[in-house]
Amino acid sequence: MADHDISLIAHLMRRAGFGAQYHELEALTEQGYEATVAALLDPESQPSGLDLDLAERYFIEWSHFTRGVPEYWAWRMINSKRQLEEKMVLFWHGVLCTADSKTQSYPTSYDELEMFRKFGMGSFRDLLLEISRDPAMVFYLDNCLSHKGAINENYGRELLELFSMGVGMDGEFNYTEDDVKECSRAFTGWTLANNVPGQPYGRYSAKFLYNPADHDEGTKTFLGETGNFNGEDIIDIICKQPAAARFLSRHLYRYFIADEAQVPAWMDTPPNDPDTIKMLEDEYYRSGYDIRSMLRVLFHSDAFKNSRFALVKSPVETVIGTLRLIGDWTTPKPGFEFIFDEMKYMGQELFNPPSVEGWHTGREWIDGGTLVHRINFTADFVGDVNYPGIRGMVDRLASDGPTIEPAQLVDGCLQLLGCYELADETREMLANQAGKDGVIHTDTGDFSERVSKTLQMIVATKEYLYA
Amino acid sequence: MTANKKDPVLVVLQMSGAFDALNTFIPYSDPHYIDYRPHLRVEPEHVLAVDDKVGFHPAMGPMKDLYDDGKVAVIQGIGYPNPIRSHFRSMDIWHTAEPAKMATEGWLGKTVADLDPHKENVLTAVSFGRGLPRALAVPGVSVASVGSLETYGVLTSIDAPDQRSEALDIFARMYSPMVGSGPINDYLSQTGLDALKGADILSTAPEQYSSSIEYNGDYFSQWVKNVAQVHLAGFGTRVLYTGYNPGAFDTHANQPAAFHRLWSDVSNAVSDFYYDLKEHNTGEEVVIMLFTEFGRRVKENGSGTDHGSGSVAFVVGDAVKGGLYGEYPSLEPDKLDEGDLQWNNDFRSTYATILDKWMQVDSHEILGGNYEHIDFIK
Repeated sequence: MADHDISLIAHLMRRAGFGAQYHELEALTEQGYEATVAALLDPESQPSGLDLDLAERYFIEWSHFTRGVPEYWAWRMINSKRQLEEKMVLFWHGVLCTADSKTQSYPTSYDELEMFRKFGMGSFRDLLLEISRDPAMVFYLDNCLSHKGAINENYGRELLELFSMGVGMDGEFNYTEDDVKECSRAFTGWTLANNVPGQPYGRYSAKFLYNPADHDEGTKTFLGETGNFNGEDIIDIICKQPAAARFLSRHLYRYFIADEAQVPAWMDTPPNDPDTIKMLEDEYYRSGYDIRSMLRVLFHSDAFKNSRFALVKSPVETVIGTLRLIGDWTTPKPGFEFIFDEMKYMGQELFNPPSVEGWHTGREWIDGGTLVHRINFTADFVGDVNYPGIRGMVDRLASDGPTIEPAQLVDGCLQLLGCYELADETREMLANQAGKDGVIHTDTGDFSERVSKTLQMIVATKEYLYA
Repeated sequence: MTANKKDPVLVVLQMSGAFDALNTFIPYSDPHYIDYRPHLRVEPEHVLAVDDKVGFHPAMGPMKDLYDDGKVAVIQGIGYPNPIRSHFRSMDIWHTAEPAKMATEGWLGKTVADLDPHKENVLTAVSFGRGLPRALAVPGVSVASVGSLETYGVLTSIDAPDQRSEALDIFARMYSPMVGSGPINDYLSQTGLDALKGADILSTAPEQYSSSIEYNGDYFSQWVKNVAQVHLAGFGTRVLYTGYNPGAFDTHANQPAAFHRLWSDVSNAVSDFYYDLKEHNTGEEVVIMLFTEFGRRVKENGSGTDHGSGSVAFVVGDAVKGGLYGEYPSLEPDKLDEGDLQWNNDFRSTYATILDKWMQVDSHEILGGNYEHIDFIK
């Protein structure tokens, strides 16, 4: 029966996507959990459902050279039927970080996202290779300034520290300072073919160039192996390390299952759930570093299925999830750019992670300013019954009969928002509030207002901060 | 409230977009200035000269008057090592006081942690504008981030007063910590209650306020008025932050008209604020720092200016020793840094002076080093 449990499907779609409306959840529940996971993991076989031609004709500023803007990406997150694909792009954007504040080239940023779409669920080895020759990254971490005989260690270091292994695990260091230098030497000559002038001038993307004349052909010793290594060899050595398996497993766990310690603490902080991490590590090796296989194991794990509301929603999840819920922005119209600002005000600016370490997550999303902004943003939208998604909830609740009990109204709203759950005390408070003006008639003019007020109170709860 | 009237208060005004320092504080008699700026230069007779070399932009009359009264320190040649001409990165550097590497914690957030280590006052710092600037962001430090004082609050879309007070009552109960709910939940509870409490207290500021000063209607002036209202309400707020609309000073094109309006708004607001405090006998409690992320290209592009480096900042208040500080960067072509004013005055010296000499907190920890003081605080 678990295969057809709508609350489990709601959970899956919040995590593997940006949430869904109730009727979509019902349709997926009909297909079952297994089939839904299979479809999510196989975006290539699914239509994207995106009418990008139309959107690009409408939003004329989204021409071929400005797709690397937050609004364009947000549009895809809202409307793409390949929800996990976009969710993985966001995942990698927060792990293999570059920031537009430095690269200043929309087309180059866009190319990077396309690369994540293509390689984000494939082999970790291929992905590390692609990011090492990703022009935005080569520029962002100064590998284009690293030369034979005069290395710049920026990329070499972050590749080990933040992109593949982490500083250490189980209290031991994963690599030495010498490894950083040798790694950097191996990546000399991995540079850019062209210099891209910053916005608003650069309307073409930077291209990667391997310059053999600037590559250090000397012998290197890296993580105990010695040879005339090039960048590819380094990546092969990295991928074999238990630290790489651990690193990727912990990242996937933290993004999809439950809030965990921030990356810099991983050396000394063991995973909360070592069994699940072990399972993911095993799959990493079994599948030959295949991210999709790890995700399959993850979504079928008990840890995942039992992790409802164990993650504080990110600002992007909050904003995109709300817009998907209310059913707005399915077709182009003016005024879309604001959503970029909304995420930023809540603490997550797409294309500008705060540092190469990416965003800190969990409770760090929430401070006095971002909390108020998040609640007010969400309450503003769910309180407006003119949006089709909200109208649909009102109609659905009204269809149950001429009157509805206050507790039923609260439960119905929770269900339609995506099978949310409240602490008993909170649920009772909201029911009392919903019922204080007497019997709730579903066929009178004030019914939609009573629904929208209840929805607003629900999205203001602590419980709703979680996904 | 435990507001001690003697506690020093800092107001930071952020001019994002990078104002053109050369046309803000103008080296009007330098022949290079005239050459570099064939269309955009301000003619000497229009400059509000402070001596025979430099002077304020003509739209900055109210600031010039404050300068003449000895209330404005002009920090010339301000900048940071290895200038970057990206707005975002540059602003990050100003916010985190860390030019060498990416940092995430804000210098004023750390200051707040120092001023109120036990988090006794949810309003130790208040920011006006949309979104919290990184300058104030430090995990665990509570800062009220206010879009508009008149409408600030939780669940503002519920507008009927009785419904709203009921909703807020429920909100307070929903966010009350429950036994055994764990540290993250407790943190969320505390943050929610702090926000509610902050909003509650802040909402009383406008009604307590009366003044003969009439601020202009633009957003910035209104936020500056909000700053005055909060300060005068005596909530014990020590750091107040606001800024002109993001990017407004990014004058790549059609600079002259926009620039005139911008400085007119800003100068009037600063002067109104100064006299507002004066009227309430609190002028000595507050120092204002006004900054931008970098300067602009010395050579104009015809109708505007592109991104540059060295800039100028202003510190204003009764506690300030007015005058010129630092050195105006040379305009000699071979003294420019890739066509930009060469900074000569590390911005952290200004920060350190404000922290040590005015706010009475130790700048060493906050800035991660010792920086020479500039003698602009009395």
